[in-house]
Amino acid sequence: MEFLRPLSWEEALALRAGRPDAVPIQGGTDVMVEINFEVRRPGALLDLNPVRELAEWEMAEGRLRIGAGLPYTRLIEEVGDRVPGLAQAARTVGSPQIRNRGTVGGNLGAASPAGDCHPPLLAAGAQVEVESAAGGVRMIPAEEFYLGVKRTALRDDELIRAVWLRPAEGPQHFSKVGTRNAMVIAVCSFAIALHPAERRVGTGIGSAAPTPLRAAEAEEFLAGELAGEPAWGRSLPDGLAERFGELVGRAAAPIDDVRGTAAYRRHALAVMARRTLTWAWQDRLAGTGRS
Amino acid sequence: MTVEAARRGGEALGDSALRPDGVLKVTGEFAYSSDLWADDMVWGVTLRSPHPRARITGIDVSEALAVPGVHAVLTHEDVPGEKFYGLEHHDQPVLAIDQVRYQGEPVALVAADHPETARRARDRIRVGYEVLEPLTDARRAALDPSYPKVHGDRSNVVRHQPIRVGDMAHARRVAEVVVRGEYEVGMQDQAFLGPESGLAVPAEDGGVDLFVATQWLHVDQEQIAPCLGLPTGRVRLTLAGVGGAFGAREDLSMQIHACLLALRTGRPVKIVYGREESFFGHVHRHPARLRYEHGATRDGRLVYVDAEIVLDGGAYASSTSAVVGNAASLGVGPYEVPNVRLDAYGVYTNNPPCGAMRGFGAVQACFAYESQMDKVAEACGLDPVEVRIRNAVAEGSRLATGQVIDMPAPLAAMLEDARAFPAPPPTGTADVRDLPGGVSNTTHGEGVRRGVGYAVGIKNICYSEGFDDHSTARVRLETVGGEPAALVHTAAAEVGQGLVTLQAQIARTELGVRQVTVAPADTGVGSAGSSSASRQSYMTGGAVRAACEAVRERVIELAEERLGRSLPGASLHDGRVVAADGLAVASLAEVLAGRAVEETREFRHRRTTALDPLTGQGDSHVQFAFCVHRAVVDVDVELGLVKVVELAAVQDVGRILNPLALEGQIHGGSAQGLGLALMEEIQVRDGVVRNPSFTDYLIPTILDMPPMRTRILENADPHAPYGLRGAGEPPTLSSTPAIVAAVRDATGRPLTRIPVRPEHISCG
Ligand SMILES: Cc1cc2nc3c(=O)[nH]c(=O)nc-3n(C[C@H](O)[C@H](O)[C@H](O)COP(=O)(O)OP(=O)(O)OC[C@H]3O[C@@H](n4cnc5c(N)ncnc54)[C@H](O)[C@@H]3O)c2cc1C
Repeated sequence: MEFLRPLSWEEALALRAGRPDAVPIQGGTDVMVEINFEVRRPGALLDLNPVRELAEWEMAEGRLRIGAGLPYTRLIEEVGDRVPGLAQAARTVGSPQIRNRGTVGGNLGAASPAGDCHPPLLAAGAQVEVESAAGGVRMIPAEEFYLGVKRTALRDDELIRAVWLRPAEGPQHFSKVGTRNAMVIAVCSFAIALHPAERRVGTGIGSAAPTPLRAAEAEEFLAGELAGEPAWGRSLPDGLAERFGELVGRAAAPIDDVRGTAAYRRHALAVMARRTLTWAWQDRLAGTGRS
Repeated sequence: MTVEAARRGGEALGDSALRPDGVLKVTGEFAYSSDLWADDMVWGVTLRSPHPRARITGIDVSEALAVPGVHAVLTHEDVPGEKFYGLEHHDQPVLAIDQVRYQGEPVALVAADHPETARRARDRIRVGYEVLEPLTDARRAALDPSYPKVHGDRSNVVRHQPIRVGDMAHARRVAEVVVRGEYEVGMQDQAFLGPESGLAVPAEDGGVDLFVATQWLHVDQEQIAPCLGLPTGRVRLTLAGVGGAFGAREDLSMQIHACLLALRTGRPVKIVYGREESFFGHVHRHPARLRYEHGATRDGRLVYVDAEIVLDGGAYASSTSAVVGNAASLGVGPYEVPNVRLDAYGVYTNNPPCGAMRGFGAVQACFAYESQMDKVAEACGLDPVEVRIRNAVAEGSRLATGQVIDMPAPLAAMLEDARAFPAPPPTGTADVRDLPGGVSNTTHGEGVRRGVGYAVGIKNICYSEGFDDHSTARVRLETVGGEPAALVHTAAAEVGQGLVTLQAQIARTELGVRQVTVAPADTGVGSAGSSSASRQSYMTGGAVRAACEAVRERVIELAEERLGRSLPGASLHDGRVVAADGLAVASLAEVLAGRAVEETREFRHRRTTALDPLTGQGDSHVQFAFCVHRAVVDVDVELGLVKVVELAAVQDVGRILNPLALEGQIHGGSAQGLGLALMEEIQVRDGVVRNPSFTDYLIPTILDMPPMRTRILENADPHAPYGLRGAGEPPTLSSTPAIVAAVRDATGRPLTRIPVRPEHISCG
C-alpha cells in the first residue's frame, strides 16, 4: 500500500484526481479501524496531515470556517463557545485519545449515520466546502451532503476542505443516547439550535435513518406556533415541547439493530427533543447561551 | 515472622507489595504474547467458517498455495496425530472435518512471510459449503429428544445434573407464599484486551517450543502433543505476557495451529488474532434460561425451590460439564432450603462455543435466585436484606448437595454490614458526567430516580467434584553476591491477578529473605493447574509455601550441623536463622556456605466427591466464598439510561495476603458484573454473531464504574493455606443482581433479562 503525503492543498487535489484508489486519511480514527477490520484494503492512503491549513480555523465573512482537519480537542477549546452544539457533540466523540485525532472532516467523510457532528451541523445550517482540481470549489449545504449510509455528495476527485457555520445566534444543545456513559456510538442523537432572528428552530437527528436528517415538520410546527415577536420572549406554551418531541420522533426512520430497537429510537428522540427544546428555551429566557 | 512484622517491611505476606508488571503495563512497555518476535518467523492466519452449520463439500487450496510468499496451507488432512481435542471431551476438531458447527470454526491455516500476504492467500482458499439450518434452540436441545443432533448420534445434552432434596409434594402444601420467575442471561464475553497470540518455534529434537498466553500450560501441552503426534515432553510451553484471561484462555485457540505450521515450515510461526477474530477465537460465558419457583412461609423462610437451568454450551463441550455442576450445586444460592428440585442442563447447539468465564455457572444461577429472593421479600412484605438474613447459610449449614459448610460463613453479619454502609448523597445536577447518560448530555435531572439493591452470591473455590487437583512449586535458596536469595519456579499462569507478586511475598515471608526471583512459568516444572476457579493463591500459594517449608527445614538442619546443636522451633528471619528464643544464631550466608538448597513440592487440597447423578448429593466443593453487594443507581426512567452511583461490597477472604491486589480483584470482579448487568452481550441471531467488536460489545468505562466501598473480613478457613479464601470470582456473582435489583427499585420494571437494555426500562 502506498502512502501519499502531499504538502499543499493543491498537491492534495492533484493526487486525489490522479489516484482514484487512494483513501484520504486525516485522524485515521475511522480509516485505520476499517483497515484493521479488513473492511477495506486501499491501494494507497492519501495523508492530509501535512496540509497544515486543514487543521486551522478562521472567521471569514462573519462566519466560522473550520478546517476539515481540526481535531475535536482543539475545536472544543478554541471555538467551542461559538458553536456550542457542535462542541457538545465533539465532547461525546470517543475518548480523549480519539478526540485528539478525530476531525469534523473525517466525520463527514465517513458519513456514518451515527456520526455525532451531523445533527449539530444540520441544526446550525452549516455548509461543507469541497473542492477538486478540475471542478473547483463547491459549497454544499449540510442537508444535501448526506445521500445514504456512508454515501455523500462528495465526488470521486473531491476533498473536503472546511465546514462553514455562523457563530451561534441562540442557544444550542446536543444530546445522544448510548448504552454506556462515555465512548459510545449513538443509538440515536438529536441537536437543536435556536435562530431567534429568523424566528426559527433548527434540528438534526442522528442514527435514526439511513442518513442524518432534519425534522422538517417539527421545525415548521415550531415556527408556526412561535410566530411573532412576543412568543419568543415568553415561556413555552404548555404541551408545545411534548408535541415537538412527538414530531421529531415521527421524522425519524429508524431500524432495529444491535444498538437498539426502532421503537426505542423514536421514543428516545421524542424525549431528547422535548428536553433540549426546554433547556434551550430556559437558556434564552435566562439570557444564557447566545441570543 | 508474623504478618504484623511483615507489613512494615512492605513486601512480605499481608503487605500491599507492588506488582512488577504494573508500571510496564500502564506505560505500554510490557511485552505481551502479541509482541513475540523471531527473526526468521513467518505468520500464521486462520480461515474460519462464515456459517454456523454447514457440510463442507470441498476445499481447494491451490490458489492460496500459489501466492508468492506463502509457505504452507493446511487442512485437517495435515493434522498428523489426533484430530480432536478438548478440555473435558475430545469433541473439537483441530481443523473442521467435513462439516462446521459454529460460525468462526477454523477450517484451514496459512503461513506466509507477511501477515497481509497470509490473509490474502487465506481469501483464495475455496471452500464449498452446503449450508444447513443452524440448531440454536438450547431449551429444545435439552428437553426435546426429537430435536436434530449437533454431533451425529451423540445426545445434545452434554450434562444433565439434577438435585433432589426433601419432599416436594409436602413442601408445596406447606408453602404459604409462592413466587415464580423466568430469567435470561445473555452471552457475556471475557473481553480481555490482549488477543490470542503466540509463537511456535520448531526444535532440533523434532519437537516444538511454544510461547503463548494461556491459563494452564500443562493442560495445553496435554492437548497439543497428541494432535501433533509427538510425545508430551517434546512440546514445551513457556508462558508469554498475558493480556487478561477471565477463563477465555482455558481452551486452546491458536496453540495447535501455530505448532502445526511451525513443524510443517521448519520456521518459527507467529499467530496473532485481531479483535474481531478474537470474538470467534475463544469460548464465552454460557447464556442461560432459568425458570425458578420459590415457596416460603409468610415470614419469609424458604420451604422449597423448584428450578430448571438451561445453559447453552454451543458447538463444542469445552468445560460445559463443570459449568453445569456449579450451576446445579450452587443453584439455590447461599440459603438453607429444605426441599429442592433442580435440573441443570448444558447442551450442544450451533451457537458459539461457551466455557469458562469468571464465576463459571454460579453467575447465571445467582442472577435468578437473587431476583427470586427479592420477589419473596416483596410477597412477604419484608425488607430484601431481612429475607436473605432469615435464610442465610452459616457454618454448619447443609447445602442443597448435602455438603455441610465446615468453615466460617458469616453471611448474616455480612448482610448487616452491607445494609449499614452509609447511603451515598443525592447526585447533583451540576456535572452531566454524574448523571445517567454521562457526557452524552441526555438529562439535567429530568426523569432521574434513585434505586438501591442488594445481592449475595456463593462461589466454590478450586476444582470440584472429585478432581484430584494439585500444584507444584520448586524453591531454591542460595547466596547471590553474598546475599541470600530465593528462586521460585512454578508453571502457574500470571494472567493479571498478581500471582507472581504473591509467590514472592510468600517466599520472602517463609524464608526470611529480601531477594526473591520468580522464574518464568514453563513446563520445565510440574503442573500448577489452571489460573481459574479462584484457586491459584490457594493451590500454588500452598505449593510455594510447602516448598519453602521444606527448604527451611533443610536450612535449619544445616545450621544444626554447623552449630552442633539442635534448634527446635527455629525460623528464618531477615537473612538469619533465629532460634525459638528469638535470638539469631547464624546468618543464612554462613549456613549455606556456597551451597544451594532446592526443594520441589506438590500441594493438594482435600478430597472432594462427585455429585450423585440422580440426586446431586455429594461433598463436591473444596471451599466456599461469599460476597455481598449493595448497589445504588440513578436511572433516567424515560430514556432507560443507568448511572451506577456506588457499589459497596462485603467479602470474606479468610486472610488478606495483599490488600492492594485484593481490592483490585474486588473492583474488577464487580465491574465485570456491572457489565453483565447493563451492557455486555455478544448478540447472536441464528448462530451468527452480530457485534464482534468493541464498537458494539460494550464494556464499562470509568464513567460507568463507580467508586467502591469495600469491607473485607478475615475469618480464616482452617483447611486452607494461611486460612485464605479465593477472592477473584465472588464479586462477579453478586454485583450483577444487586445492580438489577437497584434498577428495579428505581423503575418498578420486572427486568428478567440481562444485560438490561434501555428499551427494557423505558418502553418495556
Ligand atoms: C474508539 C473510537 C470511538 C469513536 N467514537 C465516535 C463517536 O463517539 N462518535 C463519532 O461520531 N465517531 C466516533 N468514532 C469515529 C471517528 O473517530 C470519527 O468519525 C472521526 O470524526 C473521524 O475523523 P478522522 O479525522 O479520524 O477521520 P479519518 O479516519 O482520517 O477519515 C474518515 C473518513 O473520512 C475521509 N476523509 C477524511 N478527511 C477527508 C477530507 N479532507 N476530504 C475527504 N475525505 C476525507 C476518509 O477517507 C475516511 O473515509 C470513533 C472511532 C473510534 C476508533
